[in-house]
Amino acid sequence: MSVLPADRFRGLPQQRLFSLVPLAAIILLMPLMFSSAYYYRVAALVFIFAIAALGLNLLMGFAGQVSLGHAGFMGIGAYSVAIGPAHLGISPLPSFVLGVMISTLVAFVVGRPILRLKGHYLAVATLGFGVLLAVAFTNEASWTGGPDGMIVPHLALLGRPLRGPEPWYWISASTFLVGAAVALNLIASPTGRALRGIHDSEIAARMLGVDVAGKKLIIFVVAAVYASVAGSYLALLNSYITPDVSSFLRSIELVAMVVLGGMGSIPGSLVGSAVLVILPQALAFFHDYEHMMLGLIVMSVMIFLRRGILPSVTAAFAQRHK
Amino acid sequence: MAEFLQFLFSGLTVGAIYALVAIGFTLIYNASDVVNFAQGEFVMLGGMTTVFLGYVGVPLPLATIVAILATTAVGFALYRLAIATAREADAVTLIIITIGASIFIRGVAEIVFDKRFHSLPPLLSNDPIRVGGAAILPQSLVVLAGALIILLLLWAFIERTMFGKAVIATSANRIAARLVGIDTQIIVGACFALAAAIGAIAGILVTPITLTSYNVGTLLALKGFAAAMLGGIGSATGAVVGGILLGLLEALAAGYVSASYKDAVAFVVILTVLFAMPHGLFGKTKVERV
Repeated sequence: MSVLPADRFRGLPQQRLFSLVPLAAIILLMPLMFSSAYYYRVAALVFIFAIAALGLNLLMGFAGQVSLGHAGFMGIGAYSVAIGPAHLGISPLPSFVLGVMISTLVAFVVGRPILRLKGHYLAVATLGFGVLLAVAFTNEASWTGGPDGMIVPHLALLGRPLRGPEPWYWISASTFLVGAAVALNLIASPTGRALRGIHDSEIAARMLGVDVAGKKLIIFVVAAVYASVAGSYLALLNSYITPDVSSFLRSIELVAMVVLGGMGSIPGSLVGSAVLVILPQALAFFHDYEHMMLGLIVMSVMIFLRRGILPSVTAAFAQRHK
Repeated sequence: MAEFLQFLFSGLTVGAIYALVAIGFTLIYNASDVVNFAQGEFVMLGGMTTVFLGYVGVPLPLATIVAILATTAVGFALYRLAIATAREADAVTLIIITIGASIFIRGVAEIVFDKRFHSLPPLLSNDPIRVGGAAILPQSLVVLAGALIILLLLWAFIERTMFGKAVIATSANRIAARLVGIDTQIIVGACFALAAAIGAIAGILVTPITLTSYNVGTLLALKGFAAAMLGGIGSATGAVVGGILLGLLEALAAGYVSASYKDAVAFVVILTVLFAMPHGLFGKTKVERV
């Protein structure tokens, strides 16, 4: 499938990373337009969900494996930074690392049997995994505070607690940059090529000697780590967490971000996240009509820009300049 | 034993509704390869439209019919306006379109109806029937009988009419069906309409027991999808068995394990079944061609 935008990122590592410079510039310049903490908060949310969407995009867009339970890993990350300090006496930063390790381990254990399934069966199995985690977060009230959620302490960096959305804007945006750089390198690596082979035809890839199960598992774990980091950030930004973070609707939202932005497009993950985070904020203006408008916009985008916002717009632009 | 009977009956009742949602999934999936996550909204629309027509003074039998017809029209419109316009799009893109549609329908329901829970009077009496120590609501029997009649009618329609044969042909091979003169657009549209009608009837039948509100659709879509997958996607038998099984599992888990973990138990069983049978209970094994 040579239409994958990833093909444009072939070449030396320096060249690949060069494509991130405009994004870094945007991140640096955008705060000039921010007139209040609210803007920082929304922008931080955009980058946090973009991190999770980016991981899921590696799984969906490049390896062709759907996950309808990815918010489960966000939940693991989020509850790690909540439960660690509250019940285990671990300070937030090590709790965050612990969350990443738990997500890695869970993804590793669950991934092997789940990834044997294909297509819609994989979708329902990952969905089930997400539901299991959400049910656990809701019902283990002595640990998680149940449906009401629990308070998350501030993360202290260099002895200073991080309060307010501004530091989280910088942290989430730079993490997204690092995540994008890792993703670009991963795609260009032999593993990345093997994954695209799996996307096109699993049997053909296997005949060429690709360790299909192993490669799928690697990318599933990577996607889980991205989601876990995003979940921890979300909890730390909000200083509060409810089981909603790992709900079925959240998982669906992540998938929608990937598909809206453009499957297999790394900046597309950011665009998809921006649309689905900012749109409800903007539509709050319409009060009661909010959900109706959201549904209508999601439908129209998918009908008219069916390859996703970024790839469709880029293709239209390239056509005009031919 | 009385306890077990009680769980069995509540499981069968809920299972019958899951089965009807799952059969709607299957109908649309077979005709068009679309996994329709708006299927649960049809159930909501059926119940809510009947309730609100009742509020404005329309006699219930008439309200029921209007609600079914209106939902059917919504199902057809979903196909005509959204799915047909986006033809040749990816499977995932189509799924996101149906999710967008379900958010949209829920959003409209929020405005046209309201955000509260509503009920309908049961068809028969409200007094539970005693069977072996268990109390069974007469409406449960109505749900079961209704589901059975719908499934039989659907079976007869698909197997015994020319139109049904065209549906089978379309789901077997769309291009070949078109070559022998079947207007596959109309067939697929009809399947969407039919799935919506079945959903609406399910919604009306179950509202006296479980109540309805603008957002009951999401959970039903999730359960219906899980049921269809447990049975094996594309298999009508699988959808019915999967639905009943899921309902029973939930009821027994709620009764014997814990009410808050009933969804967890149901999904653990689904995962276990899928690990052992990667194509569900009745699904066909597909061979991937290189």
